[in-house]
Amino acid sequence: MSGAGLRARFRGRIGEFLLDAAIDAPASGVTALFGPSGCGKTTVLRCVAGLGRMADGSCALGEEVWQDGARFLPTHRRPIGYVFQEASLFPHLSVRRNLVYGAPVGDLAGVAFGYDEVVDLFGLAPFLERSPRNLSGGERQRVALGRALLSQPRLLLMDEPLSALDAAAKEEILPYLERLHARVSLPVVYVTHDMREVERLADHLVLMDKGRVAAAGPLADLLSDPALPFARAREAAVMLDAVVRGHDPHYELLELDVDGGRFLTPAPAGVVGEHRRLKVTASDVSLACNPPGPSSIVNILRARILHATATGPAEMIVVLGLGEGGEGARLLSRLTRRSWETLGLAEDMPVYAQVKSVALARSRGVKES
Amino acid sequence: MLSGLPPDLGRIILLTLQLATITTLVLLLLATPLAWWLARSPSRWKEVVAAFVSLPIVLPPTVLGFYLLVALGPQGPGGALAGLWGGRTLAFTFEGLVIGSIIYSLPFVVQPVRNAFVAMGDRPLEAAATLRASPWRAFWTVALPMASPGLLTGAILGFAHTIGEFGVVLMIGGNIPGRTRVLSTAIFDYVENSQWREANILAGGMVVFAFAVVLAMIALERRVAGARS
Repeated sequence: MSGAGLRARFRGRIGEFLLDAAIDAPASGVTALFGPSGCGKTTVLRCVAGLGRMADGSCALGEEVWQDGARFLPTHRRPIGYVFQEASLFPHLSVRRNLVYGAPVGDLAGVAFGYDEVVDLFGLAPFLERSPRNLSGGERQRVALGRALLSQPRLLLMDEPLSALDAAAKEEILPYLERLHARVSLPVVYVTHDMREVERLADHLVLMDKGRVAAAGPLADLLSDPALPFARAREAAVMLDAVVRGHDPHYELLELDVDGGRFLTPAPAGVVGEHRRLKVTASDVSLACNPPGPSSIVNILRARILHATATGPAEMIVVLGLGEGGEGARLLSRLTRRSWETLGLAEDMPVYAQVKSVALARSRGVKES
Repeated sequence: MLSGLPPDLGRIILLTLQLATITTLVLLLLATPLAWWLARSPSRWKEVVAAFVSLPIVLPPTVLGFYLLVALGPQGPGGALAGLWGGRTLAFTFEGLVIGSIIYSLPFVVQPVRNAFVAMGDRPLEAAATLRASPWRAFWTVALPMASPGLLTGAILGFAHTIGEFGVVLMIGGNIPGRTRVLSTAIFDYVENSQWREANILAGGMVVFAFAVVLAMIALERRVAGARS
Protein backbone atom coordinates (compact mmCIF):
# COMPACT_ATOMS: atom_id res chain seq x y z
CA MET A 1 0.00 0.00 0.00
CA SER A 2 1.58 3.25 -1.02
CA GLY A 3 0.27 6.33 0.67
CA ALA A 4 0.68 9.98 -0.03
CA GLY A 5 2.60 12.59 1.90
CA LEU A 6 1.32 15.81 3.39
CA ARG A 7 2.34 19.23 2.16
CA ALA A 8 1.00 22.20 4.03
CA ARG A 9 1.79 25.85 4.44
CA PHE A 10 0.02 28.41 6.58
CA ARG A 11 0.57 32.12 7.09
CA GLY A 12 -1.33 34.36 9.42
CA ARG A 13 -1.36 36.12 12.74
CA ILE A 14 -1.87 34.12 15.92
CA GLY A 15 -1.65 36.02 19.19
CA GLU A 16 1.32 38.34 19.15
CA PHE A 17 3.36 36.66 16.44
CA LEU A 18 3.11 35.80 12.80
CA LEU A 19 2.74 32.17 11.88
CA ASP A 20 4.53 31.25 8.69
CA ALA A 21 5.14 27.53 8.54
CA ALA A 22 5.55 25.02 5.76
CA ILE A 23 5.23 21.43 6.91
CA ASP A 24 5.98 18.32 4.90
CA ALA A 25 5.23 14.87 6.25
CA PRO A 26 6.48 11.87 4.25
CA ALA A 27 4.06 9.15 3.19
CA SER A 28 4.99 6.93 6.10
CA GLY A 29 6.55 7.37 9.51
CA VAL A 30 6.01 9.79 12.34
CA THR A 31 6.77 13.45 11.75
CA ALA A 32 7.11 15.22 15.08
CA LEU A 33 6.15 18.87 15.26
CA PHE A 34 8.38 19.92 18.10
CA GLY A 35 8.77 23.23 19.88
CA PRO A 36 8.03 25.19 23.04
CA SER A 37 4.45 25.84 24.16
CA GLY A 38 2.80 28.55 22.14
CA CYS A 39 5.11 28.27 19.12
CA GLY A 40 2.16 27.56 16.84
CA LYS A 41 2.46 23.80 16.39
CA THR A 42 -1.09 23.04 17.53
CA THR A 43 -2.38 25.82 15.28
CA VAL A 44 -0.65 24.21 12.32
CA LEU A 45 -2.13 20.82 13.17
CA ARG A 46 -5.64 22.28 13.51
CA CYS A 47 -5.27 24.01 10.16
CA VAL A 48 -4.23 20.72 8.55
CA ALA A 49 -7.38 19.14 9.98
CA GLY A 50 -9.54 22.04 8.83
CA LEU A 51 -10.53 22.78 12.44
CA GLY A 52 -8.76 26.09 12.10
CA ARG A 53 -8.52 28.17 8.99
CA MET A 54 -5.93 30.61 7.82
CA ALA A 55 -6.93 32.58 4.76
CA ASP A 56 -3.40 32.43 3.46
CA GLY A 57 -2.70 28.73 3.39
CA SER A 58 -2.47 25.61 1.33
CA CYS A 59 -2.74 21.99 2.30
CA ALA A 60 -2.67 18.81 0.24
CA LEU A 61 -2.37 15.12 0.87
CA GLY A 62 -0.67 13.71 -2.18
CA GLU A 63 -2.65 14.90 -5.19
CA GLU A 64 -5.70 15.70 -3.09
CA VAL A 65 -5.95 19.43 -2.40
CA TRP A 66 -7.74 20.28 0.85
CA GLN A 67 -7.02 23.97 0.94
CA ASP A 68 -5.74 26.36 -1.66
CA GLY A 69 -6.84 29.88 -2.35
CA ALA A 70 -10.60 29.95 -1.91
CA ARG A 71 -10.83 26.17 -1.82
CA PHE A 72 -11.39 24.80 1.68
CA LEU A 73 -12.53 21.27 2.39
CA PRO A 74 -14.44 21.07 5.69
CA THR A 75 -13.00 18.79 8.37
CA HIS A 76 -15.58 16.03 7.97
CA ARG A 77 -14.62 15.60 4.31
CA ARG A 78 -10.91 15.13 5.04
CA PRO A 79 -9.73 11.52 5.49
CA ILE A 80 -7.94 12.22 8.75
CA GLY A 81 -7.72 10.74 12.20
CA TYR A 82 -7.26 13.25 15.00
CA VAL A 83 -6.23 12.55 18.57
CA PHE A 84 -6.73 15.48 20.92
CA GLN A 85 -4.83 16.28 24.09
CA GLU A 86 -7.82 15.11 26.11
CA ALA A 87 -9.36 11.96 24.71
CA SER A 88 -12.62 13.83 23.91
CA LEU A 89 -14.69 10.66 23.85
CA PHE A 90 -18.45 11.02 23.59
CA PRO A 91 -19.65 10.61 27.19
CA HIS A 92 -23.13 9.44 26.18
CA LEU A 93 -21.83 6.50 24.15
CA SER A 94 -20.21 3.27 25.28
CA VAL A 95 -16.58 2.59 24.41
CA ARG A 96 -17.69 0.30 21.59
CA ARG A 97 -20.02 2.89 20.09
CA ASN A 98 -17.31 5.52 20.42
CA LEU A 99 -14.96 3.25 18.49
CA VAL A 100 -17.34 2.70 15.59
CA TYR A 101 -18.65 6.28 15.48
CA GLY A 102 -16.38 7.21 12.57
CA ALA A 103 -16.09 3.76 11.02
CA PRO A 104 -17.51 3.37 7.54
CA VAL A 105 -20.85 1.61 7.50
CA GLY A 106 -21.56 -1.38 5.31
CA ASP A 107 -18.93 -3.62 3.83
CA LEU A 108 -15.94 -3.63 6.17
CA ALA A 109 -13.96 -6.13 4.14
CA GLY A 110 -10.83 -4.64 2.73
CA VAL A 111 -10.60 -1.71 5.14
CA ALA A 112 -7.10 -0.86 6.34
CA PHE A 113 -7.98 -1.13 10.06
CA GLY A 114 -10.42 -3.80 11.15
CA TYR A 115 -12.44 -3.56 14.35
CA ASP A 116 -11.01 -6.69 15.95
CA GLU A 117 -7.50 -5.73 15.03
CA VAL A 118 -7.80 -2.25 16.55
CA VAL A 119 -9.40 -3.61 19.73
CA ASP A 120 -6.47 -6.01 19.97
CA LEU A 121 -3.81 -3.44 19.09
CA PHE A 122 -4.80 -1.10 21.94
CA GLY A 123 -5.98 -3.76 24.40
CA LEU A 124 -9.56 -2.47 24.49
CA ALA A 125 -11.41 -5.76 24.89
CA PRO A 126 -11.94 -5.49 28.69
CA PHE A 127 -13.96 -2.27 28.59
CA LEU A 128 -15.90 -2.24 25.32
CA GLU A 129 -19.31 -2.02 26.98
CA ARG A 130 -18.22 0.46 29.65
CA SER A 131 -18.91 4.18 29.64
CA PRO A 132 -15.87 6.35 28.89
CA ARG A 133 -16.56 8.08 32.21
CA ASN A 134 -15.35 4.99 34.06
CA LEU A 135 -11.98 4.76 32.31
CA SER A 136 -8.59 6.04 33.43
CA GLY A 137 -6.90 8.80 31.44
CA GLY A 138 -4.59 6.35 29.72
CA GLU A 139 -7.41 3.97 28.82
CA ARG A 140 -9.45 6.84 27.40
CA GLN A 141 -6.58 7.92 25.21
CA ARG A 142 -6.21 4.35 23.93
CA VAL A 143 -9.89 4.38 22.96
CA ALA A 144 -9.39 7.73 21.24
CA LEU A 145 -6.49 6.25 19.24
CA GLY A 146 -8.60 3.25 18.25
CA ARG A 147 -11.53 5.46 17.31
CA ALA A 148 -9.30 7.60 15.10
CA LEU A 149 -7.86 4.53 13.32
CA LEU A 150 -11.26 2.94 12.74
CA SER A 151 -12.35 5.97 10.75
CA GLN A 152 -9.83 4.60 8.17
CA PRO A 153 -7.69 7.75 7.97
CA ARG A 154 -5.04 8.37 5.36
CA LEU A 155 -3.34 10.90 7.63
CA LEU A 156 -3.12 10.63 11.40
CA LEU A 157 -2.82 13.83 13.43
CA MET A 158 -1.96 13.76 17.12
CA ASP A 159 -1.95 16.85 19.30
CA GLU A 160 0.19 16.15 22.38
CA PRO A 161 -1.77 12.99 23.12
CA LEU A 162 0.25 12.28 26.28
CA SER A 163 0.53 15.74 27.79
CA ALA A 164 -2.67 15.52 29.84
CA LEU A 165 -1.54 12.23 31.40
CA ASP A 166 0.54 11.66 34.52
CA ALA A 167 3.95 10.00 34.28
CA ALA A 168 2.63 6.49 34.95
CA ALA A 169 -0.12 6.76 32.34
CA LYS A 170 2.43 8.09 29.82
CA GLU A 171 4.62 5.06 30.35
CA GLU A 172 1.56 2.86 29.99
CA ILE A 173 0.54 4.35 26.66
CA LEU A 174 3.92 4.84 24.96
CA PRO A 175 4.22 1.12 24.07
CA TYR A 176 0.80 1.34 22.38
CA LEU A 177 2.00 4.31 20.34
CA GLU A 178 5.09 2.34 19.39
CA ARG A 179 2.91 -0.57 18.29
CA LEU A 180 0.82 1.86 16.29
CA HIS A 181 3.96 3.27 14.72
CA ALA A 182 5.09 -0.20 13.78
CA ARG A 183 1.70 -1.16 12.36
CA VAL A 184 0.63 1.78 10.25
CA SER A 185 2.11 2.89 6.99
CA LEU A 186 0.46 6.25 6.76
CA PRO A 187 1.81 9.71 7.46
CA VAL A 188 1.53 10.64 11.13
CA VAL A 189 1.99 14.19 12.38
CA TYR A 190 2.67 14.22 16.10
CA VAL A 191 2.73 17.49 18.03
CA THR A 192 4.79 17.45 21.22
CA HIS A 193 7.07 19.52 23.41
CA ASP A 194 8.55 16.46 25.12
CA MET A 195 11.93 15.35 23.78
CA ARG A 196 11.45 11.83 25.17
CA GLU A 197 8.44 11.28 22.94
CA VAL A 198 10.41 12.56 19.96
CA GLU A 199 13.25 10.14 20.73
CA ARG A 200 10.96 7.16 21.01
CA LEU A 201 8.49 7.85 18.23
CA ALA A 202 9.69 10.31 15.63
CA ASP A 203 11.30 9.49 12.31
CA HIS A 204 11.20 13.03 11.02
CA LEU A 205 11.35 16.24 12.92
CA VAL A 206 10.00 19.71 12.31
CA LEU A 207 11.44 22.15 14.82
CA MET A 208 9.19 25.15 15.35
CA ASP A 209 9.91 28.41 17.12
CA LYS A 210 7.68 31.49 17.37
CA GLY A 211 5.49 30.53 14.44
CA ARG A 212 8.31 29.57 12.10
CA VAL A 213 9.98 26.33 11.10
CA ALA A 214 13.52 26.54 12.46
CA ALA A 215 14.62 23.21 10.96
CA ALA A 216 13.11 20.13 9.38
CA GLY A 217 14.41 16.76 8.26
CA PRO A 218 15.09 13.16 9.30
CA LEU A 219 15.44 12.83 13.07
CA ALA A 220 19.01 11.52 12.90
CA ASP A 221 20.17 14.49 10.82
CA LEU A 222 18.63 17.09 13.07
CA LEU A 223 19.79 15.55 16.34
CA SER A 224 23.40 15.51 15.14
CA ASP A 225 23.39 18.95 13.54
CA PRO A 226 25.74 21.10 15.63
CA ALA A 227 24.02 24.25 14.40
CA LEU A 228 20.78 23.23 16.17
CA PRO A 229 20.07 23.35 19.89
CA PHE A 230 19.68 19.53 20.17
CA ALA A 231 23.38 18.72 19.72
CA ARG A 232 24.40 21.58 22.00
CA ALA A 233 22.07 20.62 24.82
CA ARG A 234 23.42 18.99 28.00
CA GLU A 235 21.52 15.79 27.27
CA ALA A 236 22.41 15.70 23.56
CA ALA A 237 22.00 12.23 22.06
CA VAL A 238 21.54 10.51 18.73
CA MET A 239 18.99 7.85 17.88
CA LEU A 240 20.26 5.01 15.73
CA ASP A 241 18.25 2.61 13.64
CA ALA A 242 19.62 -0.81 14.54
CA VAL A 243 18.94 -4.33 13.29
CA VAL A 244 19.14 -7.34 15.60
CA ARG A 245 22.00 -9.61 14.48
CA GLY A 246 22.24 -12.09 17.31
CA HIS A 247 22.30 -12.72 21.01
CA ASP A 248 24.87 -13.94 23.49
CA PRO A 249 22.80 -15.99 25.93
CA HIS A 250 25.73 -16.54 28.30
CA TYR A 251 26.16 -12.84 29.02
CA GLU A 252 22.62 -11.87 27.99
CA LEU A 253 23.90 -9.37 25.43
CA LEU A 254 22.03 -8.35 22.30
CA GLU A 255 24.05 -7.80 19.13
CA LEU A 256 22.82 -5.00 16.91
CA ASP A 257 24.05 -3.63 13.61
CA VAL A 258 23.86 0.04 12.80
CA ASP A 259 25.09 1.71 9.66
CA GLY A 260 28.88 1.57 10.01
CA GLY A 261 29.22 -0.43 13.21
CA ARG A 262 28.00 -3.04 15.66
CA PHE A 263 26.78 -2.61 19.24
CA LEU A 264 26.35 -4.95 22.17
CA THR A 265 23.84 -4.07 24.82
CA PRO A 266 22.37 -5.95 27.77
CA ALA A 267 18.94 -7.13 26.61
CA PRO A 268 16.96 -10.33 26.15
CA ALA A 269 17.14 -12.12 22.82
CA GLY A 270 15.27 -10.64 19.90
CA VAL A 271 14.21 -11.81 16.47
CA VAL A 272 17.10 -11.54 14.05
CA GLY A 273 16.40 -8.85 11.48
CA GLU A 274 14.09 -6.94 13.80
CA HIS A 275 14.54 -3.16 13.90
CA ARG A 276 15.31 -1.47 17.18
CA ARG A 277 16.12 2.09 18.07
CA LEU A 278 19.29 2.82 20.04
CA LYS A 279 19.95 5.95 22.00
CA VAL A 280 23.55 7.04 22.40
CA THR A 281 24.13 10.05 24.64
CA ALA A 282 26.96 12.42 23.70
CA SER A 283 28.43 12.40 27.21
CA ASP A 284 28.75 8.58 27.05
CA VAL A 285 31.03 8.71 24.02
CA SER A 286 34.76 9.29 24.48
CA LEU A 287 37.42 9.33 21.80
CA ALA A 288 40.81 7.67 21.40
CA CYS A 289 43.36 8.07 18.61
CA ASN A 290 44.69 4.50 18.79
CA PRO A 291 42.92 1.20 19.38
CA PRO A 292 42.47 1.26 23.15
CA GLY A 293 43.96 -1.53 25.27
CA PRO A 294 41.91 -3.87 27.39
CA SER A 295 38.95 -1.94 28.70
CA SER A 296 35.66 -2.48 30.48
CA ILE A 297 33.96 -0.63 27.67
CA VAL A 298 32.20 -3.11 25.41
CA ASN A 299 31.46 -0.92 22.43
CA ILE A 300 34.48 0.55 20.70
CA LEU A 301 33.83 1.59 17.13
CA ARG A 302 35.89 3.01 14.34
CA ALA A 303 34.76 6.46 13.29
CA ARG A 304 35.86 9.67 11.67
CA ILE A 305 35.52 13.20 13.01
CA LEU A 306 33.21 15.11 10.72
CA HIS A 307 32.76 18.29 12.61
CA ALA A 308 33.60 19.89 15.95
CA THR A 309 32.26 23.00 17.71
CA ALA A 310 32.93 24.55 21.07
CA THR A 311 29.76 24.66 23.15
CA GLY A 312 31.32 26.82 25.87
CA PRO A 313 34.69 27.83 27.27
CA ALA A 314 35.45 24.29 28.43
CA GLU A 315 33.54 21.87 26.23
CA MET A 316 33.21 20.77 22.66
CA ILE A 317 30.64 18.75 20.79
CA VAL A 318 32.08 16.46 18.13
CA VAL A 319 30.09 14.91 15.28
CA LEU A 320 31.39 11.49 14.25
CA GLY A 321 30.62 9.35 11.25
CA LEU A 322 30.77 5.63 12.04
CA GLY A 323 33.07 3.44 9.97
CA GLU A 324 36.60 3.99 8.80
CA GLY A 325 35.57 6.52 6.18
CA GLY A 326 32.95 8.13 8.39
CA GLU A 327 30.13 7.44 5.93
CA GLY A 328 28.00 5.53 8.46
CA ALA A 329 25.51 6.72 11.06
CA ARG A 330 26.29 9.84 13.07
CA LEU A 331 27.35 9.84 16.70
CA LEU A 332 27.87 12.79 19.01
CA SER A 333 30.65 13.00 21.54
CA ARG A 334 31.10 15.58 24.26
CA LEU A 335 34.72 16.35 25.20
CA THR A 336 36.62 18.97 27.08
CA ARG A 337 38.49 21.44 24.94
CA ARG A 338 41.58 20.34 26.81
CA SER A 339 41.22 16.72 25.63
CA TRP A 340 40.63 17.91 22.10
CA GLU A 341 43.91 19.81 22.13
CA THR A 342 46.01 17.29 24.09
CA LEU A 343 44.99 14.46 21.79
CA GLY A 344 45.62 16.68 18.78
CA LEU A 345 42.19 15.88 17.35
CA ALA A 346 41.08 17.53 14.14
CA GLU A 347 38.23 17.32 11.68
CA ASP A 348 38.47 14.44 9.18
CA MET A 349 40.66 12.44 11.55
CA PRO A 350 39.98 8.71 12.08
CA VAL A 351 39.34 7.87 15.73
CA TYR A 352 38.00 5.15 18.01
CA ALA A 353 34.70 6.00 19.65
CA GLN A 354 34.31 4.36 23.07
CA VAL A 355 30.65 4.13 23.92
CA LYS A 356 30.09 3.65 27.64
CA SER A 357 26.42 2.77 27.30
CA VAL A 358 23.67 2.49 24.74
CA ALA A 359 20.01 2.25 25.52
CA LEU A 360 17.18 0.64 23.59
CA ALA A 361 14.87 3.57 23.05
CA ARG A 362 12.13 1.59 21.41
CA SER A 363 11.92 -2.00 22.46
CA ARG A 364 8.88 -3.44 20.75
CA GLY A 365 8.85 -1.65 17.44
CA VAL A 366 8.96 -3.94 14.44
CA LYS A 367 9.49 -1.39 11.77
CA GLU A 368 9.82 -2.46 8.19
CA SER A 369 11.83 0.00 6.23
CA MET B 1 -65.44 12.42 48.41
CA LEU B 2 -65.53 12.96 44.67
CA SER B 3 -68.92 14.57 44.87
CA GLY B 4 -67.36 17.36 46.93
CA LEU B 5 -65.12 18.43 44.03
CA PRO B 6 -66.05 21.31 41.75
CA PRO B 7 -68.13 19.89 38.88
CA ASP B 8 -66.02 21.33 36.02
CA LEU B 9 -62.67 20.40 37.64
CA GLY B 10 -62.01 17.58 35.15
CA ARG B 11 -62.40 19.85 32.14
CA ILE B 12 -60.24 22.54 33.71
CA ILE B 13 -57.40 20.14 34.47
CA LEU B 14 -57.63 18.51 31.05
CA LEU B 15 -57.52 21.87 29.28
CA THR B 16 -54.61 23.00 31.42
CA LEU B 17 -52.62 19.85 30.66
CA GLN B 18 -53.46 20.15 26.96
CA LEU B 19 -52.24 23.73 26.88
CA ALA B 20 -49.05 22.92 28.76
CA THR B 21 -48.25 19.83 26.66
CA ILE B 22 -48.79 21.51 23.29
CA THR B 23 -46.88 24.60 24.42
CA THR B 24 -43.96 22.50 25.68
CA LEU B 25 -43.72 20.47 22.48
CA VAL B 26 -43.80 23.57 20.27
CA LEU B 27 -41.30 25.27 22.57
CA LEU B 28 -38.80 22.41 22.29
CA LEU B 29 -39.00 22.59 18.49
CA LEU B 30 -38.62 26.37 18.54
CA ALA B 31 -36.20 26.88 21.42
CA THR B 32 -33.65 24.22 20.44
CA PRO B 33 -32.51 25.79 17.15
CA LEU B 34 -32.73 29.25 18.73
CA ALA B 35 -30.62 28.13 21.71
CA TRP B 36 -28.14 26.49 19.30
CA TRP B 37 -27.79 29.74 17.40
CA LEU B 38 -27.44 31.76 20.60
CA ALA B 39 -24.80 29.35 21.91
CA ARG B 40 -22.67 29.06 18.78
CA SER B 41 -23.16 32.04 16.51
CA PRO B 42 -20.34 34.59 16.41
CA SER B 43 -22.94 37.24 15.50
CA ARG B 44 -22.88 40.45 17.51
CA TRP B 45 -26.65 40.55 17.36
CA LYS B 46 -27.20 37.41 19.35
CA GLU B 47 -27.19 39.17 22.74
CA VAL B 48 -29.84 41.57 21.43
CA VAL B 49 -31.94 38.61 20.39
CA ALA B 50 -31.25 36.89 23.72
CA ALA B 51 -32.40 40.01 25.60
CA PHE B 52 -35.56 40.19 23.51
CA VAL B 53 -36.33 36.52 24.20
CA SER B 54 -35.78 37.11 27.92
CA LEU B 55 -38.23 40.06 28.11
CA PRO B 56 -41.14 37.99 29.47
CA ILE B 57 -39.09 37.27 32.62
CA VAL B 58 -39.07 40.93 33.62
CA LEU B 59 -42.18 42.37 31.94
CA PRO B 60 -45.39 42.49 33.99
CA PRO B 61 -47.62 39.72 32.54
CA THR B 62 -50.34 42.29 31.96
CA VAL B 63 -48.05 44.29 29.67
CA LEU B 64 -47.23 41.21 27.70
CA GLY B 65 -50.87 40.20 27.73
CA PHE B 66 -51.95 43.60 26.47
CA TYR B 67 -49.63 43.52 23.46
CA LEU B 68 -50.57 39.93 22.75
CA LEU B 69 -54.23 40.87 22.88
CA VAL B 70 -53.62 43.58 20.30
CA ALA B 71 -51.53 41.26 18.13
CA LEU B 72 -53.98 38.37 18.30
CA GLY B 73 -57.05 40.50 17.85
CA PRO B 74 -59.00 41.10 14.60
CA GLN B 75 -56.76 44.06 13.65
CA GLY B 76 -53.50 42.27 14.38
CA PRO B 77 -51.57 39.50 12.62
CA GLY B 78 -53.42 36.99 14.80
CA GLY B 79 -56.69 38.08 13.21
CA ALA B 80 -55.22 37.63 9.75
CA LEU B 81 -54.01 34.18 10.75
CA ALA B 82 -57.43 33.26 12.10
CA GLY B 83 -58.94 34.44 8.80
CA LEU B 84 -57.21 31.51 7.11
CA TRP B 85 -59.75 29.15 8.63
CA GLY B 86 -62.64 31.57 8.71
CA GLY B 87 -62.11 32.93 12.20
CA ARG B 88 -62.14 36.57 13.13
CA THR B 89 -59.61 36.64 15.94
CA LEU B 90 -57.21 34.51 17.95
CA ALA B 91 -57.92 36.39 21.15
CA PHE B 92 -60.08 34.47 23.64
CA THR B 93 -59.40 31.18 21.84
CA PHE B 94 -57.41 28.12 22.85
CA GLU B 95 -55.04 28.67 19.89
CA GLY B 96 -54.39 32.21 21.08
CA LEU B 97 -53.67 30.86 24.52
CA VAL B 98 -51.09 28.46 23.07
CA ILE B 99 -49.35 31.29 21.17
CA GLY B 100 -49.33 33.50 24.26
CA SER B 101 -47.96 30.69 26.44
CA ILE B 102 -45.20 29.95 23.95
CA ILE B 103 -44.01 33.54 23.98
CA TYR B 104 -44.34 33.80 27.73
CA SER B 105 -42.47 30.55 28.48
CA LEU B 106 -39.84 30.81 25.72
CA PRO B 107 -37.02 32.19 27.90
CA PHE B 108 -37.48 29.43 30.46
CA VAL B 109 -36.79 26.81 27.80
CA VAL B 110 -34.17 28.68 25.75
CA GLN B 111 -31.95 29.47 28.74
CA PRO B 112 -31.22 25.95 30.03
CA VAL B 113 -30.86 24.56 26.51
CA ARG B 114 -28.48 27.35 25.53
CA ASN B 115 -26.47 26.77 28.71
CA ALA B 116 -26.22 23.08 27.92
CA PHE B 117 -24.92 23.80 24.41
CA VAL B 118 -22.41 26.34 25.75
CA ALA B 119 -21.19 24.01 28.52
CA MET B 120 -20.52 21.28 25.98
CA GLY B 121 -17.91 23.44 24.23
CA ASP B 122 -16.54 22.99 20.72
CA ARG B 123 -14.53 19.86 21.38
CA PRO B 124 -17.21 17.14 21.01
CA LEU B 125 -18.29 18.65 17.69
CA GLU B 126 -14.70 18.93 16.51
CA ALA B 127 -14.12 15.31 17.47
CA ALA B 128 -17.24 14.33 15.51
CA ALA B 129 -16.04 16.31 12.48
CA THR B 130 -12.67 14.53 12.52
CA LEU B 131 -14.67 11.28 12.46
CA ARG B 132 -16.38 12.29 9.18
CA ALA B 133 -19.64 13.39 10.82
CA SER B 134 -21.34 16.19 8.90
CA PRO B 135 -22.50 19.15 11.02
CA TRP B 136 -26.05 17.78 10.71
CA ARG B 137 -25.07 14.32 11.94
CA ALA B 138 -22.90 15.80 14.71
CA PHE B 139 -25.87 17.86 15.91
CA TRP B 140 -28.20 14.87 16.13
CA THR B 141 -25.77 12.25 17.40
CA VAL B 142 -23.53 14.32 19.66
CA ALA B 143 -24.85 17.79 20.51
CA LEU B 144 -28.46 16.86 21.17
CA PRO B 145 -27.79 13.76 23.32
CA MET B 146 -25.12 15.59 25.29
CA ALA B 147 -27.50 18.51 25.89
CA SER B 148 -30.39 16.26 26.85
CA PRO B 149 -30.32 17.20 30.56
CA GLY B 150 -30.67 20.85 29.50
CA LEU B 151 -33.54 19.94 27.18
CA LEU B 152 -35.29 18.05 29.98
CA THR B 153 -34.83 20.95 32.38
CA GLY B 154 -36.18 23.32 29.74
CA ALA B 155 -39.18 21.10 29.11
CA ILE B 156 -40.03 20.84 32.82
CA LEU B 157 -39.67 24.61 33.34
CA GLY B 158 -41.71 25.40 30.22
CA PHE B 159 -44.45 22.99 31.25
CA ALA B 160 -44.60 24.29 34.82
CA HIS B 161 -44.57 27.95 33.80
CA THR B 162 -47.37 27.41 31.33
CA ILE B 163 -49.49 25.80 34.02
CA GLY B 164 -48.68 28.53 36.51
CA GLU B 165 -49.19 31.59 34.31
CA PHE B 166 -52.14 33.80 35.21
CA GLY B 167 -51.84 37.37 33.96
CA VAL B 168 -51.24 36.67 30.30
CA VAL B 169 -53.86 33.91 30.25
CA LEU B 170 -56.50 36.15 31.77
CA MET B 171 -55.74 39.00 29.38
CA ILE B 172 -55.83 37.01 26.16
CA GLY B 173 -57.93 34.01 27.18
CA GLY B 174 -60.75 35.66 29.01
CA ASN B 175 -61.38 32.67 31.31
CA ILE B 176 -64.10 31.15 29.14
CA PRO B 177 -65.30 27.84 30.65
CA GLY B 178 -64.36 24.85 28.53
CA ARG B 179 -62.29 26.93 26.11
CA THR B 180 -59.81 29.08 27.91
CA ARG B 181 -60.49 28.50 31.60
CA VAL B 182 -57.35 26.87 33.04
CA LEU B 183 -56.34 26.10 36.63
CA SER B 184 -54.83 29.45 37.48
CA THR B 185 -57.78 31.48 36.21
CA ALA B 186 -60.26 29.06 37.75
CA ILE B 187 -58.76 29.69 41.19
CA PHE B 188 -59.19 33.43 40.66
CA ASP B 189 -62.78 32.80 39.67
CA TYR B 190 -63.61 30.74 42.76
CA VAL B 191 -62.09 33.32 45.06
CA GLU B 192 -64.07 36.11 43.40
CA ASN B 193 -67.25 34.11 43.96
CA SER B 194 -66.26 33.31 47.54
CA GLN B 195 -66.01 29.57 46.70
CA TRP B 196 -63.16 29.16 49.17
CA ARG B 197 -63.39 25.38 49.39
CA GLU B 198 -62.95 24.91 45.63
CA ALA B 199 -60.16 27.50 45.51
CA ASN B 200 -58.48 25.65 48.36
CA ILE B 201 -58.56 22.32 46.54
CA LEU B 202 -57.06 23.75 43.34
CA ALA B 203 -54.48 25.87 45.17
CA GLY B 204 -53.43 22.90 47.30
CA GLY B 205 -53.11 20.78 44.18
CA MET B 206 -50.90 23.40 42.57
CA VAL B 207 -48.61 23.49 45.62
CA VAL B 208 -48.17 19.73 45.46
CA PHE B 209 -47.52 19.94 41.72
CA ALA B 210 -44.95 22.75 42.10
CA PHE B 211 -43.20 20.82 44.85
CA ALA B 212 -43.01 17.73 42.64
CA VAL B 213 -41.54 19.78 39.80
CA VAL B 214 -38.82 21.33 41.98
CA LEU B 215 -38.01 17.91 43.43
CA ALA B 216 -37.75 16.42 39.95
CA MET B 217 -35.39 19.21 38.88
CA ILE B 218 -33.12 18.65 41.87
CA ALA B 219 -33.06 14.90 41.26
CA LEU B 220 -32.22 15.52 37.60
CA GLU B 221 -29.40 17.91 38.44
CA ARG B 222 -27.91 15.45 40.91
CA ARG B 223 -28.06 12.65 38.37
CA VAL B 224 -26.32 14.78 35.74
CA ALA B 225 -23.69 16.00 38.21
CA GLY B 226 -23.11 12.40 39.33
CA ALA B 227 -22.68 11.25 35.77
CA ARG B 228 -20.16 13.99 35.02
CA SER B 229 -17.82 13.31 37.93
